[in-house]
Amino acid sequence: MTDMTPHVSPEERPSPRGSTAQLPREELIRIHDLMIEGRLLEERLIRMQRQGEAYFWIGGPGEEAFNTCLGLLADKGQGLDHDYFHLHYRSSATLLALGGKSIDALRQMHNTVTDPHSRGRNFCGHFSVREWNLVPITSPIEVQYSVAIGTGLAQARQGGKGITIVQGGDAGSAEGDFASCLVWASRPMQPLPMLIIVANNQWGISTAASGQHGEKYISDRGKAFGMKTMTCNGNDPETAYFAIQEAMDYVRTERRPLVLECFLSRLYGHSSSSGANYVEEEPDCIKLIADKLDQRGWRSHEETKKLTEAKEAEMTEWYKQVLTEPKPDASEVHMFTFAERNHVGGEA
Amino acid sequence: MATIAQAVRMALHMGEAHLGVTDVFGEDVGPPLGGVFTATQGLKTAWNTPLDERGIIGAAMGLALAGCNPVCEIQFCDYAFNTIDLLKLCGNTFWASAGQWNVPMTMMTPVGAGIHGSLYHSHSFDGQATRIPGWKIVMPSNPRDAYGMLLTAMADPNPVMVLLPKALMRAKAEAPYEVIPGEPDDARELRKRIDAPIGDRTGWVPDWPDTELDMIAFGKARTLREGTDLTVVTYGRLARVAMRVADQLTDEGISAEIIDLRSLHPYDWDAIVASTRKTGRVLFLNEDTEVTNFGEHLIRRCCDELFGELRVAPRLHAGEHVPGVGLAETLEYASVPTADSVRKAIVELAEAPEVGRSMRDQPRIVRRQPTIDVTIDARELQASVLSEYAFGGRHR
Repeated sequence: MTDMTPHVSPEERPSPRGSTAQLPREELIRIHDLMIEGRLLEERLIRMQRQGEAYFWIGGPGEEAFNTCLGLLADKGQGLDHDYFHLHYRSSATLLALGGKSIDALRQMHNTVTDPHSRGRNFCGHFSVREWNLVPITSPIEVQYSVAIGTGLAQARQGGKGITIVQGGDAGSAEGDFASCLVWASRPMQPLPMLIIVANNQWGISTAASGQHGEKYISDRGKAFGMKTMTCNGNDPETAYFAIQEAMDYVRTERRPLVLECFLSRLYGHSSSSGANYVEEEPDCIKLIADKLDQRGWRSHEETKKLTEAKEAEMTEWYKQVLTEPKPDASEVHMFTFAERNHVGGEA
Repeated sequence: MATIAQAVRMALHMGEAHLGVTDVFGEDVGPPLGGVFTATQGLKTAWNTPLDERGIIGAAMGLALAGCNPVCEIQFCDYAFNTIDLLKLCGNTFWASAGQWNVPMTMMTPVGAGIHGSLYHSHSFDGQATRIPGWKIVMPSNPRDAYGMLLTAMADPNPVMVLLPKALMRAKAEAPYEVIPGEPDDARELRKRIDAPIGDRTGWVPDWPDTELDMIAFGKARTLREGTDLTVVTYGRLARVAMRVADQLTDEGISAEIIDLRSLHPYDWDAIVASTRKTGRVLFLNEDTEVTNFGEHLIRRCCDELFGELRVAPRLHAGEHVPGVGLAETLEYASVPTADSVRKAIVELAEAPEVGRSMRDQPRIVRRQPTIDVTIDARELQASVLSEYAFGGRHR
C-alpha cells in the first residue's frame, strides 16, 4: 500500500523565512511574469505530448516560485568567474529566469533540429547552455551531484565570487552521489563553494518520501559534515528569494558549501507516464503569488488573467512556429560523437 | 630504461609541463604514496581523494567541463564498475548537448590478471569500456606505447580511457621501438632520478629526464611480428605472451603474424583486414570474459566483411565466463589465457582444415519487388507501442 502521508507535515515545514520581508513591487511583478510564462510553457508541453506532438513530458510545474528566484539571483555568464548550474529536469523556470526562451524548450519537446539544447536528441527540460555555464541536464536524477564537485573544485581554486549550484529532488538524495557531494564539498583541505539544493516535493514517482526517508530534513545530512544548512518554503517566491539570497551570499563570500532544502509542490505528477493531471490538493505557487499581488494592490486578478491570456497567445504562436520546423536528418546520428576541438577549454 | 609505471609517470610530468594538465588525482595518487603502482610519484598536480570512485569520475568530469585538463585514476578497474553510468554520461555529454560541451579528461586504471589478484584485482575492463560510446580507449603493452598514448590522451579534447595491464607495470622495453625517446638507457640511473626514496619523502623532488613530447596516434595498430600462416590480434598483457609463443612456434613451422591493436576505440580495422587477407586465419586474443567480448565484435566484422577471404572460421581466445579470477594459481590459469592456452589456440587455428570458400563466384540471390505495400508508418507504430507501455524510466 502506498503511504500517502507527507514525510514532513505542513505544520512541520519551515515557516516562511522572513515572512514579513517583502520584495519591491517591480521585482515581485517580474517574478510573477516569469512564473506565468514558466507555467504556461509546462502546460503547453503537456498538451503537446497528449496531442502526439511529442513522445514524453517531464517538467517542473510547482517549482516556478523557487526556480525563478534561483535564476534571477544567480550570476549568469561563461567561465569560472560566473556560477555553474547543475540542474534537474524540473528547472524550466530557472532557464526562463536566466533569459532562456520558451520557444527553445518547445523545440526540444518537439525534437526539432532547431532545438539549441540538444538538437532533437534529448527529452524536454534537458537544457544545456554553455554560454551560461548551464551543464547538460540529464535523465539520471543524481549524477549532477557528482559532476558538480569538479566545477566546485575549479572555482575553489579560482577564488572570486563564482559558485557551483547543484539541484536535485528529495528522491535523488537517496543516491550515493548526494553523499559524494557532501563528502567532497566539505573536505577540510579544500571546502567547495557549492550551493547544494534539494527541491523536496515529497515524492519519487509514485513513492512517498515518508516511507523511504528516516531523516526529518534531508538538509540535516549536511550538518554531519559541518555544513551550514537551511530550509525554506519553496512555494512562496518572496520566502524563496530571501532564502536563496542568504544562501548564495554565504557560499560566495565564505567559499564554503551550504545545503538548502526547499519544500514545494509537484503539481502535475511525475511525468506524462503518470497522466500529468493537475493535483488539486497541493498548494499552487502561481495562485499564491497572484493572491498576494492582488491583496497588495500591485496586480489585480483581472490583470493577471489578461497577462496570462496574452502570454498564452504568444506561446501558441511559438508552438505553431515549432511545428513547422524540421527534425534532424538521420545522417546526423554520428555527429558530435567526438570533438575535434576543446570547446570547453576555450578553442574556437 | 623505464618500466610502464615510470613511463606513465614521465608522461604525466610532460602533461603537466606541456599539455596543461591541471590535476592528477585518485585514491593514494598523491604524496606520500604516489599510487599503488608508484605511477604518480613526484608530480606537481597529484592529490589524494576520498575513497569514492563515483566522486572521482564526477569530479574529473566537472573539472573538464570547467576548462581544466584532469587525469583521474581508478585504483583498480574492478572498482570502476560502480561508475558505469557516469562513464556513460561522460561519453554522451558532447553528443547530447549537440556539440556544446566536450569532456577533455583522461581516466587511467590498471586492468587484467597476472598478479594473483583474486576476484577484485584481476578483472578486465575492455569489454565494458568498448560498450560505452563517446570514449577513446587504449591499452598499451610496453613503456613506449604507455608514454606516447598517455600524452595523446592528455591532448585529446574527448574523454580517453587508458587501460594499463597491471601485470606489466614493472615491464621494461624489449625492443627498440619500446624505448621512450630521451629516456636514460641505464635503469638504475632512471630509478635514482624519478623514483621516490624509501622513508621520508619530504622535500624530495624528481629529476625528470629530458624525454620528448612524442605522441602516438590513436587507432594505429602495430604489427609486432610478421607471419604468413595466421594472424593473432591482441593487446595489453597478452601481446607479449603471443609474441613469445609465436617465436617458439617458428621452430615448429608455424608463421604467426602478431598485431598489437593498442587502441580499442578507434581501432585499426585496416591493419586487421590487411593481415587477415594475407593469412586467411585470424585469432582474437584477450583476457576479458568471453561472452560479449570485444573480440566477438571483431569476429562479427570479419564475418561481415571478410567472409569470402577466410580459410577457416575466425576464433576468439579469451577469459572463461566465470564470476571471478580465483586466487589459487590453478584457478587463475584456468580463468584467463596463458602461454600454454595461447599456444594451443594458435596451433589449432593453424591446423584447422580449410572450410572457407570464396563467395565471389556463387550465384547471387536476386530479390523481387514486393507485390503488396509493406510500408510501416513508424509514427503510428510508435504511438501504439507507447499507449500500451507508458514510459517509465528513472524519472522521479
